Amino acid sequence: MENTSYSQLQATGIYKSFGRVQVLNGIDFTMDTKDAIGIVGPNGAGKSTLLSVLSGAQAPSDGKIILNNQDITHTPARQRAKQGLVRTHQIPKPFSGITVFENVFVAAIHAATNDREEAYDMALESIKLCGMLHLANREADSIGLLDRKRLELARALATQPKLLFLDEIGGGLTEAEALALVDTILSLSERGIGIVWIEHIVHILLRVVKSLICMDSGQIIAQGNPQAVMSDQAVIQAYMGGSVDVVS
Amino acid sequence: MKIKRSNAYSMATVIGASLLFVALVSAAFVASDNVLERLTVLFVYVILAAMWNTLAGFGGLVSIGQQLFFGLGAYATIRLADFGIPPFVAVLMAALLVGLLSWPISKFMLHLKAAEFGIGMWVLASVGHLLVNLDPLIQGETGTSLISLNVYQIETRRVLIYLAALISMVGLLIGLFYLLRSKAGIAMQAIRDNEEAADSIGVDAQTVKKWFFIFAAFGTALAGALWLAQASSFQPKTYFSVQWTAYMIFMVLVGGIGRFEGAILGALLFFAVETWFAATGVWYLVGLGAVAVLCSLFLPKGLWGAIESRLGLRLIPVGYQVTDETLKSHKP
Repeated sequence: MENTSYSQLQATGIYKSFGRVQVLNGIDFTMDTKDAIGIVGPNGAGKSTLLSVLSGAQAPSDGKIILNNQDITHTPARQRAKQGLVRTHQIPKPFSGITVFENVFVAAIHAATNDREEAYDMALESIKLCGMLHLANREADSIGLLDRKRLELARALATQPKLLFLDEIGGGLTEAEALALVDTILSLSERGIGIVWIEHIVHILLRVVKSLICMDSGQIIAQGNPQAVMSDQAVIQAYMGGSVDVVS
Repeated sequence: MKIKRSNAYSMATVIGASLLFVALVSAAFVASDNVLERLTVLFVYVILAAMWNTLAGFGGLVSIGQQLFFGLGAYATIRLADFGIPPFVAVLMAALLVGLLSWPISKFMLHLKAAEFGIGMWVLASVGHLLVNLDPLIQGETGTSLISLNVYQIETRRVLIYLAALISMVGLLIGLFYLLRSKAGIAMQAIRDNEEAADSIGVDAQTVKKWFFIFAAFGTALAGALWLAQASSFQPKTYFSVQWTAYMIFMVLVGGIGRFEGAILGALLFFAVETWFAATGVWYLVGLGAVAVLCSLFLPKGLWGAIESRLGLRLIPVGYQVTDETLKSHKP
């Protein structure tokens, strides 16, 4: 058994290939489950695949994932959700034939509690937190793209996560919307929910995360202090394609 | 109260349905032979439509092979009756046995996706048909009869079959209602809409799908067994015919897929059309096909879907409605 302290997520030697395409190429990283970490990197770097592997949607070709001293490498996503590991999807995947409330309620009643009244409260709270209460009785296929993104977050929150994986949840938002989103996510972080957030809008990301990972070609090429990572030469080469000081 | 699960219309529906049930039970003792026989047919249609809707409408499991369970329900009844089990006990036992058999079937069929599942079920129905033909008791396509029903006078038999069909229909509809309102019911709809997302929030898709599959198999088998009781003769090719599933699809598409009321409305319409136009032969089938096509083109949510969205009418609600007071408690 790996010797990790309690409340840690540790991924070691993660490889993932689809046929001949190697998407993840030996990822090692450890985080405290209360941390807020950002992941950046060019398209195709393997960020979303890493999230899929960590949340259990896809099994790694090789490697090990340890949560709180437990090997969860082969634990299916539905079990990980019950253990508090849950993701949102880059392209929203709403349950389009049922209402917004029902979308969120089904998460609460299956991942968090068996008690119906308690699940109602959890679902309503998540919906309020994401500012969607006025849409609660609307069928999910009748709401717009931005609301679908909010719904992804509300549904994930209803599972009462300990560690939340966010996949480009800020994409396509206006500045004001993005800042509102930052407030929501900061409040989650303050409650002790761990955050792993993939995002292209770096200045939004940096308002929340304390630590940054940059990926390229299925590997972590830099990690640590966000400022340091963003000014790292390898990062500028891979991600920015030149020497641009994005952080300033 | 934060969440509402019923409304004034659904309360009225409960009262109306209870009164209708009492009326239908009383009809057993006063209605003419022909009326009783036709109503028995209607009850079987309602069961078939509701069961197909359970799978396809609420679960996204579009099966073209439900005649497998319909045929097996009838066949198992013949077999059990041959062992000396009283016919009406055999009808129920046959449905239970087929429900039990559907469990191992679900193990491999539910791993198939979308069209693979639909066609796979059809293949399985054909295999079931061939296997039943191998039983010497059935005498191949010549078939056999449920002769043990002869212990009853023809009038008594008619009334008993009518009541058995009525009780089966009501029982299955009530069972389906509670299943859909349960934790599994909302999960099944989530799986229908996106299985991967359902998995990501803790839904055990295989288990939920399995129970829906077994429920639908049981109900469809019960319909087959009741049809046998009414028709009394069993010919494999009649019972294992894909036409049964075609009828189910028709009823559900026209009535309103994924809506509890839709399947019932569809069955009523199909029954009415059959009663009035079946005598016109080929044109009847052409008409059925045309209506199905028109409905899927212009009323994608079926007749009930159109009524529901126009009038906001929910007679048999299985979902969750956030109450107005809760909505007002927090302005966006």
